[in-house]
Amino acid sequence: MTTPADDPWSRWRAATRARIGLGRSGDALPTSAQLEFQAAHSRARDAVHGAADFAALAAALAPWDCIAVHSRAPDRATFLRRPDLGRRLVPESLPVLEAARSDWDIAFVVADGLSARAVEAHAVPLLRACRARLGGLRLAPVVLAAQARVALGDEIGAALGAACIAVLVGERPGLTAADSLGVYLTWAPQPGRRDSERNCISNIHGDGLGHDAAADILCWLLREASRRKLSGIGLKVDPAAIAGTLTG
Amino acid sequence: MTAYTHSLNGTRYRFDDLKTLLACATPLRSGDQLAGIAAESDEQRVAAKMALADLPLKTFLGEAVIPYEQDEVTRLIADSHDAAAFAPVSHLTVGGFRDWLLSYAANTEALAALAPGLTPEMVAAVSKLMRNQDLIAVAAKCRVVTAFRSTVGLEGRLAARLQPNHPTDDPEGIAAALLDGLLYGMGDAVIGINPASDSVPDGIRLLDLLDGVRQRFDIPAQSCVLAHVTATLQMIERGAPVDLVFQSIAGTEAANRGFGVDLALLREAHDAGRSLKRGSVGDNVMYFETGQGSALSADAHHGVDQQTLEVRAYAVARAFRPLLVNTVVGFIGPEYLYDAKQIIRAGLEDHCCGKLLGLPMGVDVCYTNHAEADQDDMDSLMTLLGNAGVNFLIAVPGADDVMLNYQSLSYHDVLGLRHLLGLKPAPEFEAWLGRMGLLDAAGRLPPPADGSSAVKRLTAMGLA
Repeated sequence: MTTPADDPWSRWRAATRARIGLGRSGDALPTSAQLEFQAAHSRARDAVHGAADFAALAAALAPWDCIAVHSRAPDRATFLRRPDLGRRLVPESLPVLEAARSDWDIAFVVADGLSARAVEAHAVPLLRACRARLGGLRLAPVVLAAQARVALGDEIGAALGAACIAVLVGERPGLTAADSLGVYLTWAPQPGRRDSERNCISNIHGDGLGHDAAADILCWLLREASRRKLSGIGLKVDPAAIAGTLTG
Repeated sequence: MTAYTHSLNGTRYRFDDLKTLLACATPLRSGDQLAGIAAESDEQRVAAKMALADLPLKTFLGEAVIPYEQDEVTRLIADSHDAAAFAPVSHLTVGGFRDWLLSYAANTEALAALAPGLTPEMVAAVSKLMRNQDLIAVAAKCRVVTAFRSTVGLEGRLAARLQPNHPTDDPEGIAAALLDGLLYGMGDAVIGINPASDSVPDGIRLLDLLDGVRQRFDIPAQSCVLAHVTATLQMIERGAPVDLVFQSIAGTEAANRGFGVDLALLREAHDAGRSLKRGSVGDNVMYFETGQGSALSADAHHGVDQQTLEVRAYAVARAFRPLLVNTVVGFIGPEYLYDAKQIIRAGLEDHCCGKLLGLPMGVDVCYTNHAEADQDDMDSLMTLLGNAGVNFLIAVPGADDVMLNYQSLSYHDVLGLRHLLGLKPAPEFEAWLGRMGLLDAAGRLPPPADGSSAVKRLTAMGLA
């Protein structure tokens, strides 16, 4: 019987989340390691295939208004096969957005992306943290977008007349984090924007970037994008400047 | 531009040109549907296969799927074609070529001699007429042997890339996964890290780490940091211990430009890698990764189906005598390969087509969490590839790559496959495992006993 003290892997396990030192049943994984792997995979798959509860998100965000929209991908199976459809609004969603058109400084979009669990866990606290940091700016109603990819924000932002758009999107789940949220910021959103014209903050989850830290970076980027009228590779995150906004 | 037609069950199907015929004949694939070039019905697909089967192989020497003037990969394919090697099959149709490949006349020697005479489009075309069983049977007759510090691809051998990735390139974290893998006999193809950082100093730090472990335990294996080729060139300039030069490649000039490379740059990198003369039993220094769908994802597919483009990437690879080439088959996601059926078929196609073109093919048997696949499907593909004579497989701790966030094979899986099929590691590496006391009398690698000297020696290692 190996005790923890003479387990040769104890030192190495501390250095990585990789599944090392699992032991062997013959040549195969021991039963417990095999079931732990399957539990992680099931969590990731449930996150991909689950439907985000947008009604609950809208209720939690009140009194901040919300607008629900849908991409041209009618269901998950289509969404996974046809990323192009996830980047276009269904025609009925367009007038709803145009009715809310104004000279907004910023519009936030919550897109289910590849993890419903991520938006359910992290979108509301992140949005609240951002709102607290964005006094003096005109914030559009929050757009809740179903079967949505990042680039759907371009069409949404253009329809709302927003100067800048921040898309909060569920990232592709890994085995270690099934609820990771990403944020993509785009200045002057319009269909056809390239990925190089966006700024990305990724890995927002329980063991990753916290809500307040993510909000600090995002709101610094928002104000810089407004000041310099650009986003993407021309706008680099400056950790020192962000720290300055916290202490100043 | 010639149009092709075929009548089936009273319907006359027309295919406007060669690339349309190939795209309609290819097995169903979500990436071709996304590109809008897939067959519109199962019957149309079979009609395309029938038309393709009647096509003379020589057609591919006269008609390019991407114009010669527009694409340097097409120029490479046309300009390097060996007409003398092609002669034995030059009279055949694509369908006749399938029959010949499966015949007893197409033995290991005949297939090796034929390879320089084949173009990627010929090989892609014939693969579209082959069932999975055909892809396995033909690949199993091909033998492509390459070497650096170990010899990969010999009959009765199965090598593994040990992939000890870490999300922040932490040296202890990488060493942990590396030591674990060595105890399963992994690493004889390469010990290769996908770095999280793209900086040159960080890459050199990782190379020093890997080379240090190799030298300390006198391991007959090669290491690689899978950085962009331009970064590796800088590492070489700064005197870093670069064994293999890595690059992701694709089957069109435009897609390669999306990867930031062209043939001239790859030539420069190949020369730089060879100039170091670090190999002990061979001088194959290049390592390439590919995968169906990469050209479409770069919007550089020219309306050509993803499997044909994948085989064109192998024409790029073979110009540089690589030690290793592997398709990262399930990594790209369900918009290109939707489910396990498509991933398994693509893995077998890539392996067989690469081997026919004379490449040392391995496969990363893998999937992402949004694909309809799981570890059971990877078991199936790995076992099929083991029987098809795959040169090497990728292995990560517990099948979970914590840096790239996808699932590949576990160290356990590759070791178990070796034992199941009676396959050995590369000979130099097998001898090292013996010296470490890890092999039993039958040459197998049993679970090490508590307190075994190999476990003690490896896990007691300190990092300099």
